Amino acid sequence: MAQAAVSPDSPALPLTAGRGFTPASVLKFLVQRRETPVVVVTVLAIIYFGLRTSAIFEVANIIATTQYMGPILVIGAGEVLMLVLAEIDLSAGQVYLTAPWFVYWFWHAGVPVGFAIVISLLLCATIGLTNGLITVLLGVPSLIVTLGMQFLLYGVVLVVSSYTQEEIPGSGTFATIFGAGAWADLLWGSGIVVAIWFLLKHTRFGLHVTATGGNTLAAAEAGIRVARVKVWCFMIIATASGFIGILDLIRFESMDPGDYGLNIVLGPIVAAVIGGTALTGGRATVVGTFVGALFLAVVEDGLNLIGMSANDFYLFEGIIILGLMILNVQLRRVAFRYRR
Amino acid sequence: MSAPSPDTILRTEGITKRFGAVVALRGVDMHLERGEVLGLVGDNGAGKSTFVKILCGFQPPDDGRIFVEGRQVHFHSVKDARAVGIETVYQDLALVPQLTVYENLFLNRELTSLGRVGVLSRRRMRHLAEQYLDNIKVHMPDLNAEVESLSGGQRQAVAVARATRLNAKILLLDEPLAAMGAKESALIMDLVKDLARQGVSMIVIDHNYAHLFALCDRLNVIQQGKITVDTRVADTSVEELTELMVSSFRRQLEAGQKALEEG
Repeated sequence: MAQAAVSPDSPALPLTAGRGFTPASVLKFLVQRRETPVVVVTVLAIIYFGLRTSAIFEVANIIATTQYMGPILVIGAGEVLMLVLAEIDLSAGQVYLTAPWFVYWFWHAGVPVGFAIVISLLLCATIGLTNGLITVLLGVPSLIVTLGMQFLLYGVVLVVSSYTQEEIPGSGTFATIFGAGAWADLLWGSGIVVAIWFLLKHTRFGLHVTATGGNTLAAAEAGIRVARVKVWCFMIIATASGFIGILDLIRFESMDPGDYGLNIVLGPIVAAVIGGTALTGGRATVVGTFVGALFLAVVEDGLNLIGMSANDFYLFEGIIILGLMILNVQLRRVAFRYRR
Repeated sequence: MSAPSPDTILRTEGITKRFGAVVALRGVDMHLERGEVLGLVGDNGAGKSTFVKILCGFQPPDDGRIFVEGRQVHFHSVKDARAVGIETVYQDLALVPQLTVYENLFLNRELTSLGRVGVLSRRRMRHLAEQYLDNIKVHMPDLNAEVESLSGGQRQAVAVARATRLNAKILLLDEPLAAMGAKESALIMDLVKDLARQGVSMIVIDHNYAHLFALCDRLNVIQQGKITVDTRVADTSVEELTELMVSSFRRQLEAGQKALEEG
């Protein structure tokens, strides 16, 4: 994990600084990386639960954990794009839940399943477009816009489904590739996360996203179309969330209209934030979000395996998140002093 | 007053601006030579900032004409002014603190490969940024450093460098030495002098006479919407200028009192 945290544009790689590894340079490097706290606690969590129970390293358990991670990873990477812009998308979880319903409705109406998936993804993109346009053109804060969208989509699902659960027949190569295969979630999820990481860190568009979130006025002055950049990001997160939702539908083979999107979207946002992404815009780490999602998955899985009750679980998760965020913020202060 | 020469890069004639009943500018005639650093002095409300807003295209004058390199220009927006090479440099407003020095220098003019995908060519940008900064003798400790970690002077230098790299011929600098220590000020002063030597013309707005005397070749004093004094820095002194401003203030005060008494 520590290796993965080193991106080519690291501000102060000890190697490139030409001083080699000294304890001081390594410490300085670690303090400056936004991902350090989450990487450290994730490693500690794995060691702790590994010592408590060897079940955590069993393949079946690892597969279950990665399947749990899929949506957190993908929606989390999407939220990174939002948070860089100092925006947020609370509807992503409901989009994740609604996209499978789109597929089901089209499929039920006789549309071939592959085609139904494409149309559904286009609908998800349109939901993102709507979120984005209301935010940038009408000036409503994205927190409220996407909260409204969350309720709206939830309502659509409840009304159209007449509140009945549906079963989806899923089998064959198609289903194996798209979700039902044991590692499908992790592979697709990682693929999308890597794509978003590359987009943000290594393309012109990504630089414009960071610039727009860091100093909107300066970005606009330089000729960047900041409104367009934002709308694109709303569309990316909605489409990615819908995509991973469809994958999970094919895996679960059934859907419950009562599933509630807000319960899903908070995990990814927590993963992004404990990973080192700032809520104030301009600073983000997709790598940290990846580790953040892994951390949440390990803790949930580990507490389950050592037989903790559901009530104790929430207690622990709350304490862990608070502690980690305090550590994050305090370490930022130390890092700021180091830079001068 | 010194007369405009063929080397005049920017000239204004009778610039007038009213805001309702208030006349902010009443016929400003100004000229700026190539490679010259001109200081604008004046009390708050004298019309300095209104004049600068007109020059950078932010608002149009009610009357009067602007000439850039001898040709009359009409600005409808900041873009129009930028197109003929006039750029306003704000130290903090122009930069993205979370991006590196070279990313800021190339903002929205990034070098990319792979066509429409637009993969950033970081190495090339860094290399060209280094060359350019070397050219204008700006020494940055680390081009990979985020602008946020730079000092005020270094930020100002990056903002100026970005403007000139994009072919700005005339820079409008608003308090370029504000809140800077001696070392920082020296950095900016050297940069301003170097750029002037390379033919960039600058207009500096500042309240601090010491700053203006250190930076400028020539000073224009704006009082009540008109340029009342046009002097080379070498021909005047901080004391003389202070006395001038104070005495005019005193005259205004007396005139006001008189008007009140005659009521």
